[in-house]
Amino acid sequence: MSERPVHRAVSAAVAALVAVLVLAGCGAPRSGVGEGLAGTVTVFAAASLTEVFTELGEQLEDDHPGLDVQFNFAGSSALATQLTQGAPADVFASADTDQMDVVTNNGIVSTAPALFATNTLEIAVPAGNPGEITGLEDLADPDRTIALCAPEVPCGAAAEEVFDAAGLTAAPDTLEEDVRAALTKVTLGEVDAALVYATDVRAAGDAVQGIEFREAADVVNGYPICTLTDAPNPAGARAFAELVTSRAGREALAAAGFGAP
Amino acid sequence: MSRRRPRDGGVPAPLLVPALLAVAFLVLPLAGLVVRAPWSELGPQLTRPGVGEALRLSLVSATLATLVSLLLGVPLAWVLARSQVRGRSVLRALVTVPLVLPPVVGGVALFLVLGRQGVIGRWLFETTGFSLPFTTAAVVVAETFVAMPFLVISVEGALRAADARFEDAAATLGADRWTTFRRVTLPLVAPGIAAGAVLCWARALGEFVATITFAGNFPGTTQTMPLAVYLALQRDPDAAIVLSLVLLAVSLATLLLLRGRWLGRGATA
Repeated sequence: MSERPVHRAVSAAVAALVAVLVLAGCGAPRSGVGEGLAGTVTVFAAASLTEVFTELGEQLEDDHPGLDVQFNFAGSSALATQLTQGAPADVFASADTDQMDVVTNNGIVSTAPALFATNTLEIAVPAGNPGEITGLEDLADPDRTIALCAPEVPCGAAAEEVFDAAGLTAAPDTLEEDVRAALTKVTLGEVDAALVYATDVRAAGDAVQGIEFREAADVVNGYPICTLTDAPNPAGARAFAELVTSRAGREALAAAGFGAP
Repeated sequence: MSRRRPRDGGVPAPLLVPALLAVAFLVLPLAGLVVRAPWSELGPQLTRPGVGEALRLSLVSATLATLVSLLLGVPLAWVLARSQVRGRSVLRALVTVPLVLPPVVGGVALFLVLGRQGVIGRWLFETTGFSLPFTTAAVVVAETFVAMPFLVISVEGALRAADARFEDAAATLGADRWTTFRRVTLPLVAPGIAAGAVLCWARALGEFVATITFAGNFPGTTQTMPLAVYLALQRDPDAAIVLSLVLLAVSLATLLLLRGRWLGRGATA
């Protein structure tokens, strides 16, 4: 992102200004907890967390003027790859424990990952359900146009488990690179159904309908969060991770349709 | 006059230094791939199911996209360079839009026209039951959309540089414009067309974002090498490096072979 250096410069200037004001006795940070919190916090988070984390980030920025929370939302696997290749980040939140393990095994995690939410799969269909989907068995029908996530990303791995549990052979027409790409195909009306997270169906609004199915309960994705060893802003990283696992964070996650860990 | 010609004195320093920097900039990432490649795993990675399929699909779809681009793009380039149609400059700007358009926007735009909810696609789907997205044809369409402007620009440039007096001579000898185009213009700009086709093919071969957006990703149907590389990167970066090297080797070999066979020494490939 080309604008980051600019952000950094601005945040640095703000931080310097705050420091001068504090030294001059003209002002003080608002709350005791937020003392010294400034600069940019960079959060790498699973695509399914886009709305709820953006909201939590704004909340943290409101509580700590001078703090700037930047997000990189993508498939957890892509994020894990970026992190192990040395991408500078403060916090990583993954949509499954496998991708968190990739990062943990690389030795770049400063605290043990904490589970903060769970998610289950749901069938997403375009408004009006043009493909007349009623259950998981319709996603095994080759005559319908179906999008699943690629098995390389968490939602695809979960989809494989669900079909195994149901004893069905999926008939996808495309294996999408992340859950939001699969959801987009539904929003555009280009597929009859996609298997996405329950929270994605909620986030998509009226363009998408959700269909729950029994086998979904067998496959529950746990979402872990951690701060990173090379975090440029360790205090900010801790503050964001604490907010996510706090009561306020839990409530925001529940409102977005996530389950409790 | 026995003044040494610049050619004998080598490259002047103001050109040499930037040129060397350019070479380093372009070649070092490739060298990085070669150095980091897990050579011991090369065999097992190459024989993994799907690799050959993805490679075949890449070559076939890029070649088809190039053929479509030649069929439609050369006439378009002629119109842009030779005809007196009004608003040619606007037309030129419009048809080169895919060059600056982020490919993901291109992919979504293709949906809006050719998807089964799209302007043309809906009619097609309702009358024939055929839906273009998620088929191999969709891969060719996405690649053609992104790659054809490269061909059009190259051929238009060649047409403008070509000496129009040959065409005038053909016309005064009684040839109509179609005959002139076939017998005089085409042979005259053949190297330009070949260079444009190579550019177009290379761009189509590497095409990723518009393809995965519009055609989706399914092994054997729409998963080309760039898509396979991207997904391999999610789970197994070593496999991704091997796949990239395969694509690189095959495309380099093809270009060198073509250069020797058809393009001759003078052509820019």
